[in-house]
Amino acid sequence: MHELSIVSSVVDTVTETVAAYPGARVKEVRLRVGALASVVVDSLEFCWGIATEGTALEGSRLVVNVLPVVMHCVPCGKDVELEGVQSFRCPKCGEPCLDLRQGRELEIDSIEIDEMDEAEEKI
Amino acid sequence: MTTRIVELRRGILKKNDELAAALRERYTAAGVLVLNLVSSPGAGKTAFLEWTLTELRKRGARVAALVGDLETDNDARRLAASGAPVRQINTHGICHLDAEMIGKHLDGWEGVALGGLDYLFIENVGNLVCPSSYDLGEGIRVVLLSVTEGEDKPLKYPTMFNSADAAVITKMDLAVPCGFDRWATLKNINEIRPGMRIFETSVKSGVGMEAWLGYLEEERKARNGAGRFWVI
Ligand SMILES: Nc1nc2c(ncn2[C@@H]2O[C@H](COP(=O)(O)OP(=O)(O)OP(=O)(O)O)[C@@H](O)[C@H]2O)c(=O)[nH]1
Ligand SMILES: [Mg+2]
Ligand SMILES: [Zn+2]
Repeated sequence: MHELSIVSSVVDTVTETVAAYPGARVKEVRLRVGALASVVVDSLEFCWGIATEGTALEGSRLVVNVLPVVMHCVPCGKDVELEGVQSFRCPKCGEPCLDLRQGRELEIDSIEIDEMDEAEEKI
Repeated sequence: MTTRIVELRRGILKKNDELAAALRERYTAAGVLVLNLVSSPGAGKTAFLEWTLTELRKRGARVAALVGDLETDNDARRLAASGAPVRQINTHGICHLDAEMIGKHLDGWEGVALGGLDYLFIENVGNLVCPSSYDLGEGIRVVLLSVTEGEDKPLKYPTMFNSADAAVITKMDLAVPCGFDRWATLKNINEIRPGMRIFETSVKSGVGMEAWLGYLEEERKARNGAGRFWVI
């Protein structure tokens, strides 16, 4: 439900970042979103067009990389990937898992920009 | 034109996380146990807190509450009847409390200093989705679930249930008329957050409330012990 405020925050951060590259155009913004981040990817995409309008991000593409939940299983002695978020048990040995290693991420991974070359700038 | 990839690796809620970390340090230094109560609308947070504040005060504990509400101050008025200091946080349509709102309302709260409190309760906005992403620096996140809202709530809102430290089942006095499946509920909570402490309660009959107060006492003592360790 707070997808629009998340998207606005992304737009602000990217706008600040690209200010260091005068004349640059943002082509793509890549997010990393954990399966437990309680964010609906469709809603992020839905908000993107509206939120980027009139900013340096206008016309850019939003790419969301959804990360599965990874827990550390003590009996198995290693990190295991859960198939979903309906059961927090090790898929290998069935033991309950408490130690979350991945799945709550909500971050801007990277952006792809088209930078003007110096020669072009002079024209 | 040159295409360039700029790595950011930046948390979108970083500002909230930083503010929450600072709040957590303040709570620890003050020796106050802070609890963030979350649930769907109407699960019984205010009723549960009314009972808790009143009873803790009777036993000599120093308590206060912050209450988030979209538009009204009804809950704040209900809680204030317990005699505890209560401060309303009107979120004006925002569906969750965040660390900045908490910080602002702690500062300049007349007559209330964190150091003079044993417990600070925060009633979040009734919503099982958004509050799960916003750390308030709390020591314990309590998720409430009433017997009238379905045994599969934990499976529908896994983020909230997985991020909570304790679960409170409310309105147990209505369990029979509602055909509440106790076993299925306990199992579902345990699937999402294995081993989580669960209290089965009713503010009408008082069932389970003594166990809840015992838990509060236990947790506060455990933390203050740890707090003293750091002070030395
Ligand atoms: N029978 C019964 N009713 C309860 C109990 N606890 C709360 N209620 C009722 O449930 C309704 C909602 O309770 P509230 O305490 O206002 O719920 P809330 O979670 O604070 O609601 P919001 O702040 O609006 O999200 C009220 O009519 C309460 O009287 C209980 O233990 N038993
Ligand atoms: Mg309430
Ligand atoms: Zn295992």
